[in-house]
Amino acid sequence: MALLEVENLHIFYGHVHALKGITFHVNEGEMLTLLGANGAGKSTILRAVSGLLRPRQGRIVFDGKDITGLPAHQIVRLGVSHAPEGRKIFPTLTVEENLNLGAYSRWRDRTGVEESRRLVFRLFPRLAERRHQLAGTLSGGEQQMLAISRALMARPRLLLLDEPSLGLAPLLVRAIFKTIKEINAQGVTTLLVEQNARLALKLAHRGSVLETGNIVLSGTARSLLADERVRKAYLGER
Amino acid sequence: MDRYLKAIPPRAWYVAAGLLLVVYPFLTNDYWIDVANFFGIYAMLGLSLNIIVGYAGLFNLGHAAFYAVGAYTTAIINTTFHVPILWLVPLSALTAAGFAYLIARPILHLRGDYLCIVTIGFGEIVRITLVNNPLGLTGGPNGVLGIGRPSLFGLIIKQPLHFYFLIWAFVLLIVLGTKRLEESRIGRAWNYIREDALAAAAMGIDVARMKLLAFVIGAALAGVAGNIYASKMAVISPDSFTFWESVVMFSIVVLGGVGSIPGILVGTFGMFVLPELFRGFSSARMLVFGAAMIAMMIFRPQGLLPSQRWRRAMVDETVGLPAAGLSKTS
Repeated sequence: MALLEVENLHIFYGHVHALKGITFHVNEGEMLTLLGANGAGKSTILRAVSGLLRPRQGRIVFDGKDITGLPAHQIVRLGVSHAPEGRKIFPTLTVEENLNLGAYSRWRDRTGVEESRRLVFRLFPRLAERRHQLAGTLSGGEQQMLAISRALMARPRLLLLDEPSLGLAPLLVRAIFKTIKEINAQGVTTLLVEQNARLALKLAHRGSVLETGNIVLSGTARSLLADERVRKAYLGER
Repeated sequence: MDRYLKAIPPRAWYVAAGLLLVVYPFLTNDYWIDVANFFGIYAMLGLSLNIIVGYAGLFNLGHAAFYAVGAYTTAIINTTFHVPILWLVPLSALTAAGFAYLIARPILHLRGDYLCIVTIGFGEIVRITLVNNPLGLTGGPNGVLGIGRPSLFGLIIKQPLHFYFLIWAFVLLIVLGTKRLEESRIGRAWNYIREDALAAAAMGIDVARMKLLAFVIGAALAGVAGNIYASKMAVISPDSFTFWESVVMFSIVVLGGVGSIPGILVGTFGMFVLPELFRGFSSARMLVFGAAMIAMMIFRPQGLLPSQRWRRAMVDETVGLPAAGLSKTS
């Protein structure tokens, strides 16, 4: 069953038509990756789903409920969590304080939050070691781990990840992607936006390719990896 | 110097401050008691503005408007219906809060300097409205005269000494209240919003509502200060609620330390009591004051007693650690 359905989504930034009628869905438990060049509209889709942008037209349905135009804080409460591009962690707060923010809307559920904290520290032991350190003093990779962890603290059913590999060393990217896979395997449906197409397609079940606001190609990750056009445009083959 | 200050346990500070507060009026004359009274009123205003500017990070240069609404509410109702002053404290808070709700709602999506300009506009609108004497309520440029004195358990508060204890009791209450607020879930939400509103929204904070709440609570406390000011002065006029007043309150917050309660008290001292001490050099007073402000901004931009978070942020920068998170890759 589809956990997230996006139908004919149109987004404008002023006069710029950023998304021109996007339709896709993410099944429960699945990982879908959105591929595409800079400015194709990948991050815009995530922002629309998490309520940070209001669509001009179209419908977003999460778990059978129409969430189009709902404010972001309500969408978080429904179980959609967004780890935004560029991490957006709070550098002057400690690791722990950053995590507490992720659990902001679960303030009545103390034991549940404690459980999530344990889970996050198990996934990223380095954060546990640095829990009292200021987030601004973490390395880039650790900051990315923190951004993902903070999103997990909301105990999402749908996790939106925007460019988790941005600016990280290849070895670290692999480690983080392994953890993302583990998170997904635990039942958290994941929508992954990524420039590193090869890695993303190895991880995801299905993928969609965006070009200037349109989805031009969709399919299973395996079929996309084999697709001639994808290989040429995104995997750097001749 | 910081190191020596830190060596003193915080409890010792509180005890010393409390003792000084109680003993002070008996050591000095009415003039200096009144200086302390105005210190207290401005401390309240500073603390109330600190909620808006310091906690939520919303630039408000029209805070005198809320102060005026509180003062005029008390003045008008007391003079026409003779309702006791202290009963009007909650009402002044409420009208100021309601007023803040009305004006803040449509402008909260504005950011930084734009919000600042609009609040200046609102501040001026309120002052000019008061001058124009709408419905014959505000007495125009002359203001409202003959405002009653507060009475507490049969004691009519009239002398500076009596006001001293009333005002500082309120200051203390507001300090304790804002302290609780700062540490509450709401206070944390403001903190996140100030640092990064987008990330805060993405993590489930209702940004618009929290900003509005900061305005409403800040305005309510300014309304309380207005109530006390009105009964202290017995006469209020639009001259007491000029743009300059808003600037003074804003400077108190920035000078003392954004988001820090002890900072606000120190800032009020700096903005209000020090100029009083130098009254002797009246002609050069403002010059010295201006120079001191410039020196502050150069040498101690975080304020005299910054909040913990600001201190951390500043330390980060001086050590050269990445502040924004994107500058460094692993």
